[in-house]
Amino acid sequence: MSATSPAEAPERPAAPPPAGAPAWRRFVRFVTEANVAMVTLLAVVGGLFVGAILIVVTTPATLHAWGELGSHPGRTFSVTFQTLGNAYGALFVGSVISPSALGHAISSGQGWTGVFTPISETLVSATPLILAGTGVALGFSTGVFNIGGQGQLIAGALAATYVGFGVHAPIGIHLPLVILAGAAGGAVAGFIPGILKARTGAHEVIVTIMLNYIFLYLLEYLLTTQPLQKPNQSNSISRSISSTGQLPHLFGSGLRVNLGLIVALAVAAGASWFMRRSTLGFQFKVIGANPAAGRTAGMDARRATILVLMISGALVGMAGMSTLAGTDFFLSTGYGGNTGFNAITVALLGRNRPLGVVLGSLLFAALSTGGRYMQASTGVPIDLTSVIQAVIVFMVATPALVREIFRLREAGAGKILLFTKGWGG
Amino acid sequence: MSTVDLTPVEGVELAPEGRLVSLGRVRGMGVFLAVLAVTTLVAFGFGVPSGEHAIFLLSGPPALNVSPLTMSVRWVAVALAIGCAALAALLLLRRSARGSYLIFSLGVVLFLWAFLAWAARGAALNLLQMLVGTLVYATPLVYGSLSGIMCERSGVVNIAIEGQFLAGAFLGAMIGSASGNLWLGVLAGAVAGGLFGALLAFLALRYGADQIIVGVVIVAFCTGLTNFLTEQVLTPDQSTLNSPQTFSPLAIPLLSKIPILGPVLFDQNVFLYGAAILLVMVHVALFKTRWGLRVRAVGEHPRAAETVGIHVLSVRYRNVILGGVIAGIGGASFTIGSIGEFSAGMTAGLGYVALAAMIFGRWRPFGALGAAVLFGFALSLQSYLAVLNVGIPSPFLSMAPYVITIAVVSGLVGRVRPPAADGVPYSRD
Repeated sequence: MSATSPAEAPERPAAPPPAGAPAWRRFVRFVTEANVAMVTLLAVVGGLFVGAILIVVTTPATLHAWGELGSHPGRTFSVTFQTLGNAYGALFVGSVISPSALGHAISSGQGWTGVFTPISETLVSATPLILAGTGVALGFSTGVFNIGGQGQLIAGALAATYVGFGVHAPIGIHLPLVILAGAAGGAVAGFIPGILKARTGAHEVIVTIMLNYIFLYLLEYLLTTQPLQKPNQSNSISRSISSTGQLPHLFGSGLRVNLGLIVALAVAAGASWFMRRSTLGFQFKVIGANPAAGRTAGMDARRATILVLMISGALVGMAGMSTLAGTDFFLSTGYGGNTGFNAITVALLGRNRPLGVVLGSLLFAALSTGGRYMQASTGVPIDLTSVIQAVIVFMVATPALVREIFRLREAGAGKILLFTKGWGG
Repeated sequence: MSTVDLTPVEGVELAPEGRLVSLGRVRGMGVFLAVLAVTTLVAFGFGVPSGEHAIFLLSGPPALNVSPLTMSVRWVAVALAIGCAALAALLLLRRSARGSYLIFSLGVVLFLWAFLAWAARGAALNLLQMLVGTLVYATPLVYGSLSGIMCERSGVVNIAIEGQFLAGAFLGAMIGSASGNLWLGVLAGAVAGGLFGALLAFLALRYGADQIIVGVVIVAFCTGLTNFLTEQVLTPDQSTLNSPQTFSPLAIPLLSKIPILGPVLFDQNVFLYGAAILLVMVHVALFKTRWGLRVRAVGEHPRAAETVGIHVLSVRYRNVILGGVIAGIGGASFTIGSIGEFSAGMTAGLGYVALAAMIFGRWRPFGALGAAVLFGFALSLQSYLAVLNVGIPSPFLSMAPYVITIAVVSGLVGRVRPPAADGVPYSRD
């Protein structure tokens, strides 16, 4: 097995075009080198390509058409493109904008809410991803791998629910309390793996995964007990939070996009400042990059581990709060679904930078929002989008692979800044 | 056995392999056992009326019956509490750490016995079926942890076991159902697991991608893919594609006739026997053969291994793919071993529990077996306690295996020493 490592192969980048070079030359150079933008773009192309293959090989109509490749090649391709066009068209229409609805709105002057519904839904799904993804990214840059998103999200949503229905106050006081409760719940859930890692050396990957299940069952239990369970109800659903604890809509009641989005963007901006400008953020980064150097400089690595898991958990907990107080208003079993895990992929896609996380969240939110529409209108299961998402992250995590597939030039960028360690760390 | 048989290489710290047990930790275990003893005495002993009895049924599913054991709950608990206290004292007075885990486990077993007697008070508990359940749950965990051992002993972290389980379970069910031949299903499971092992190896070894990330994404990919294919391919054609038979128990002549142990150990399906054979094979191969020495050398100090002419990357490729194959077979046991149908997300995080079993077992096959049996017991206990009157809500019982994993990983294992080069990408220059 020839196992040379192209990732390490020294490859001298060609001299960049001189500053006065014509714009088209600089553009050609940009699209042929493996910079962050190109790697991500091509990763998305790769993800959609794998998704397309899956659709083709699992749809009876296209499979049949490919069987006739020899006799009716034209039909093969038209059926294939029609099937794919329908599915991916639905993905776009469901997440961004529907051209026909737009045309109708322009000509009749009505139905503008419908035009903006897809994009509003995408922003709604992006909100928890931005919060949770930023939380996971913070952990990554300190060498802490927080897979406990699901548990922390449930903990945050639980705390926010208790405060949401238990406290009676005007919105100016109540809503901030709900938001803080979400953060506090997540922080508590993050504290457990933090203290265990610092005190006993238990690896956070295992502890956080186990905590996911523990919180899932804890929620299941609490949903059958007072005061959480909705009174006179046999279903496992919680009381609804009162209207003063809900995140207000941004553009009227027709669109679900709410204040949570603004909170999420503010948190991402704050995290960006924290990691780049604050002393504590600097310490986190040093300890993540080189714990020994951090210790030599007098930093307390154990304290940093606990703190970073608490902060990370707090942000993920806010993600749980954002869906609760923004759109759902009550809890049910299995709350949060895959958001905790998607936060990891979003953090990787955003290369651990808050801005990247925001963009990655928008992309993944669009895929899943569009996926729901795709499933409803064409019958292609929404799980296709998780496959596409996984492929995207595979490729983003191995830029060398993308470079090889698409024959790009080395650009040095695109390496994910994170510092995971083996089990002993 | 526990000696390190690597020739010392300059700059490599030859810490004794495995667990680093301090006397302080032994004292901690002693105190814990003492608490268990007191709990047993107070809650199970004098907390129940003296006339209460528990009946342990020992009838195996098909095989011969042993007459049920009837015990007085209070006096059994008192006796076990005394035993537990004696073991606690033994731990507290020890001057060396050697063997203390054995004493500790014995104490925990006594406590569990008392607990079961208490839980079954005024009722009957089928102890034999519970033990069978333990092994059924432990089987995939053994495959999973052996997969982890194969990979990590060669220096590659395989956190993708959960994904390989899912892939193996899916393809095993589909091929086993479509072909009507269960052995083809096992083969398909192995191939599916091996493919994802190969993907991990390819991305991690050829491109130096972060192994933990690739592993996590493989799990995400397999989850999405199997969900998609279940919905798109299996569900429309459930009767042909997702209704495999399951392996029926295979009684081993003579051995299966041993009272109690016979039906538990020797009247099981092929996956259990396969796990046992594989366990011994991996152990012997890793610790008694030249091949194993090479694998461990690559996992501990790849540079040194390369110097003596071992091709580091080939060893790692081979082991990671083999590890994937093992996990894939373990995955197939979920569908064609017991349930007979694939359903989305059916492995329920057991791939990660297997990883914990590997760590708890100190990257050694028989250590992992012990951990897998412990987790298997917790899983089996949960399903049996649900029908007894223990007064614990069922969500808390479902939590038990995960709580035990955390307790084990943080309290009992403490700082473990993984293979030195575990998770570290290797490049020749």
